[in-house]
Amino acid sequence: MSQITLTVNGTAQALELEADMPLLYALRNHLNLNGAKYGCGLGQCGACTVIVDDQPVFACLTPCAGLEGKKIRTVESLGSAEKPGPLQAAFIDKQAAQCGYCIAGMLMRAQSLLERDPHPDEQTILEHMAGNLCRCGTHLRIIEAIKQVAGHNGSLT
Amino acid sequence: MNNHLLKSRTLWICVAVLAVIGLIVAVALMWRPAIAPIKRLTSFDTAQLQRGARVVEAGDCAVCHTRPGGEYLAGGLPLVTPFGTLYSTNITPDEQTGIGEWSLPAFERAMREGIARDGHFLYPAFPYVHYRRMSSEDIADAYAYLMSGPAVHAPARQNQMNFPMNIRPLVSFWNLLFLHGEPLTPLAEHSAAWNRGRYLVDGPGHCAGCHSPLNLIGAEKSSQYLQGGSVDGWEAPALVGLGQRATPWNREQLAGYLRADVVDGHGTPAGPMRPVSLSLARLPASEAEAIADYLLSLQNPHAVSETTAQKPPSSPADHSSGALLFSSACAGCHAPAAPMREIDGRPGLQSTSALQAASSRNFLKTVLEGVPAIPGAPGPVMPPFAASLDNAQLGALAAYLREQAKPDQPWADLSSTIEALRQDTK
Repeated sequence: MSQITLTVNGTAQALELEADMPLLYALRNHLNLNGAKYGCGLGQCGACTVIVDDQPVFACLTPCAGLEGKKIRTVESLGSAEKPGPLQAAFIDKQAAQCGYCIAGMLMRAQSLLERDPHPDEQTILEHMAGNLCRCGTHLRIIEAIKQVAGHNGSLT
Repeated sequence: MNNHLLKSRTLWICVAVLAVIGLIVAVALMWRPAIAPIKRLTSFDTAQLQRGARVVEAGDCAVCHTRPGGEYLAGGLPLVTPFGTLYSTNITPDEQTGIGEWSLPAFERAMREGIARDGHFLYPAFPYVHYRRMSSEDIADAYAYLMSGPAVHAPARQNQMNFPMNIRPLVSFWNLLFLHGEPLTPLAEHSAAWNRGRYLVDGPGHCAGCHSPLNLIGAEKSSQYLQGGSVDGWEAPALVGLGQRATPWNREQLAGYLRADVVDGHGTPAGPMRPVSLSLARLPASEAEAIADYLLSLQNPHAVSETTAQKPPSSPADHSSGALLFSSACAGCHAPAAPMREIDGRPGLQSTSALQAASSRNFLKTVLEGVPAIPGAPGPVMPPFAASLDNAQLGALAAYLREQAKPDQPWADLSSTIEALRQDTK
């Protein structure tokens, strides 16, 4: 065990962790941030996607040991059930979730794109989102929701 | 008239004659006529278009002439060279911004001599040194296919070449030195497949463009044909001696790899080779097999026997942090008996080209960039780890895996290579 300080959603927290523990476990089991989901554990599905220093990463394959000093953001940083953020509101508006298991990851991957490029074209969105899968098949609605935010001039935060 | 005047007059005549000769040579060397524009072609032979589509795949035209997210063959991909940045051009049949006004002779001149329809010199990043070795039939088929496609209005982006290479006529001197070679003809002592492979490698496939080292002015060193080069920060490994290595390739493995398969013991193409292999995968399997036949016949003139390897370091390094990282970030796909190896053929890593190579570059690049998903296409996906692992972790992981692959030859300069690659990808 070693002490590792993770900065998650703006708050630095010192945790006692195994150095090889993937970020996802620390988020869910130690910080009670259950938005990011365990899907495949292999970096193939994207359900665990969070943002580290503006880049989307698979939290299931990212060891905690190298994350000190980096800014980690999870879906909880985008808004709440009562007050959803603009991207979350668009997902609700387009009814982009069926079972919902992939949605936290979808939101964070889309968020990272829209922060870098607020008005991406559809091809850019498709290529950027290719790493995240939805087993219910709501991809078309997810893309519609992202396009809705990409098309309007409102702020993302 | 006195002697002095006569002398100076003779001198002036000589200077004038030399100047005229110089001018004629310069014009002959650096000026090429335009070829008259044509009206865009509208009728095509279906069989020819099918053949042409294959030539265009074999020639990897789209790999450079399509930018990520851009229209097919409409250009705009930046090519970073030591002489500045070039942008690939639009080769759709748009009349204003593409090649819609090009006749077949204009197209063939570009393919064989590197001259655009209007007479300007093309930069040798366009591999006309290889395309000139293609058959006239293949060039005509490729032309028909390109002319039949949708026209896209996409003006060429302004190149940013450094002086003096921003002066295009100077390319004529480069051509004088390096532009030679006739269309390839089959060698009777070899099989049809071998000859086909040689044609694909040296003609349309222009493999040596990346896999041969380049000299100071960006031309392939013909004396080191296919002995390894570099591209976009990746090592383009030597293609000679593939069957002689510690982890040798056989025909089936090499043909599969060339078609983007995940090959037992070697892995799958990553980096700039991935789009090339995806192009080859769209051709009949016999084409990749022919390339494999030809490449496996090439011997490595500098093969070093394995016994010259260095001795293992006397005090073995501590690889526990690398082992830990492997178990948390890589093991799900690459450990022995990992689910993804059983279900979907992910490779064990020890014998992959990246871990066997003398340089750590390709291993590090693969981990940093992964093997990206192609929307709408099946195939293996490896996530990029650039944002998941820091430099120390990357170094520990590389050292640990190299120790398993080549215990007697640890990679030197790991941390400086990682720093350099991080700078490149910023």
